Amino acid sequence: MSAVALDRVSKYYGDYPALRAVTLDLGQGECLALLGRNGAGKTTLLKILAGLSRPQEGEVRILGRDARHRATRAAVGMLGHGIGLYEELSALENLLLFGRLYGVQDVSQRAREWLALTSLDRVEHSLVREFSRGMRQRLAVARAFLHEPALLLLDEPFTSLDDRSIQVLQQALRNARSRGATVIMITHQIREAMEMATRVALLGRGKLLYHGPSPKEMQEDPGWLYRIHGEA
Amino acid sequence: MHFLRSSLIVAGKDLRSELRTKESLNAAISFAIVILVLFSFAVDPSAEQTREIAGGLLWLVFAFAGALILNRSFARETANDCLDVLVASPVSGAALFFGKALANWSLLIIVELVSLPVFGLLYNMNWARSPLLLAAVLVLATWAVTVIGTVFSALTVNLRLRELMLPVLIYPMMIPALMAAMRLTTLLVGGEAVPAEDWIWFRLLIGFDIIFTSLALALVEVVLVG
Repeated sequence: MSAVALDRVSKYYGDYPALRAVTLDLGQGECLALLGRNGAGKTTLLKILAGLSRPQEGEVRILGRDARHRATRAAVGMLGHGIGLYEELSALENLLLFGRLYGVQDVSQRAREWLALTSLDRVEHSLVREFSRGMRQRLAVARAFLHEPALLLLDEPFTSLDDRSIQVLQQALRNARSRGATVIMITHQIREAMEMATRVALLGRGKLLYHGPSPKEMQEDPGWLYRIHGEA
Repeated sequence: MHFLRSSLIVAGKDLRSELRTKESLNAAISFAIVILVLFSFAVDPSAEQTREIAGGLLWLVFAFAGALILNRSFARETANDCLDVLVASPVSGAALFFGKALANWSLLIIVELVSLPVFGLLYNMNWARSPLLLAAVLVLATWAVTVIGTVFSALTVNLRLRELMLPVLIYPMMIPALMAAMRLTTLLVGGEAVPAEDWIWFRLLIGFDIIFTSLALALVEVVLVG
């Protein structure tokens, strides 16, 4: 069974085609680097996969089910541009909230484990609004990974992270991949993405220009794929 | 079971956040009390006139104060993209809506419970003569205001002028429920028994609540996801 199967998925904002007949199949345990210039449709695609938006045409299957199926959403973790945390709640309260919404077993223990992993255990009762940017980012990683999702959707996850947060995220991603999780990651940091990605997809003006194994040429020349598809 | 559990988790989160900051609760209570005080200065009604306007005055105050609470309901989710994370979670749109409506209803009931004694003092009204029936009106009509307000709060969350748009959209929808609440409250705070022909207003409130709650639960997923 595919982790993600898109069949001729299109999405329009008014007359503007954000996605045009995108067909893509991703096996379980793969790590896909989703590339493209700004406005190429990457975030729209990620929102459809996260069940935040419906395509006007085509079909989306995630782990064999509809993207809005409750069991599908329970198996998906998302780390977007916003941290997705409540400022008026403490670090522990935020993790308990999302753990309960996702039906995590032993949620209190799991939340405290993640607070320890992200070095936030000493401030677990402090409100998020009192946290530094780096602390918020680490807590956001804990929030996204807390329920051990089978599919991780990451929108430029390493952008503007501090060193410590990058380490936390890299470790969380390694652990997730070692237990067989599938990862789809939007990124502009191609060199870093190539270290992890098993497959690459390139979007250009809503169309899927390339989807396949990570090209060897990109190890040496990160802009290679863009160039041969006229996106340089 | 999952629906109710998810709704209670969302309601608990909203109430905890609001009671910690008291942003909209303080604003709504202050607004309600200021309007009641100003109105008592502006007119000096006789006891009979007060009885006639009591229901209308109270429910206009509750409806306007309620807008301050309802405006924040989904707007607080926009910070840090929390709404995306909630909608992407296994919580259904209906459970999310119901949880938020429960929290809004609780906050609006708090505003009403603070306002009623102030109203009684300023207007020399003994509003506690039929406490059970008055409580029933408050519960039913507040739920009507809450259901309409919460749905439109979700609908207007991404609008730039949402603070203006929400009242413009919700008050026309609330007219039947507000009419019923005003009529029944006028009778009850005036110490009158509810005549047989006025029981239809109770039935209207119950019907309004059932119809709009069902519609909201069925349609909110479309509002949130499209």
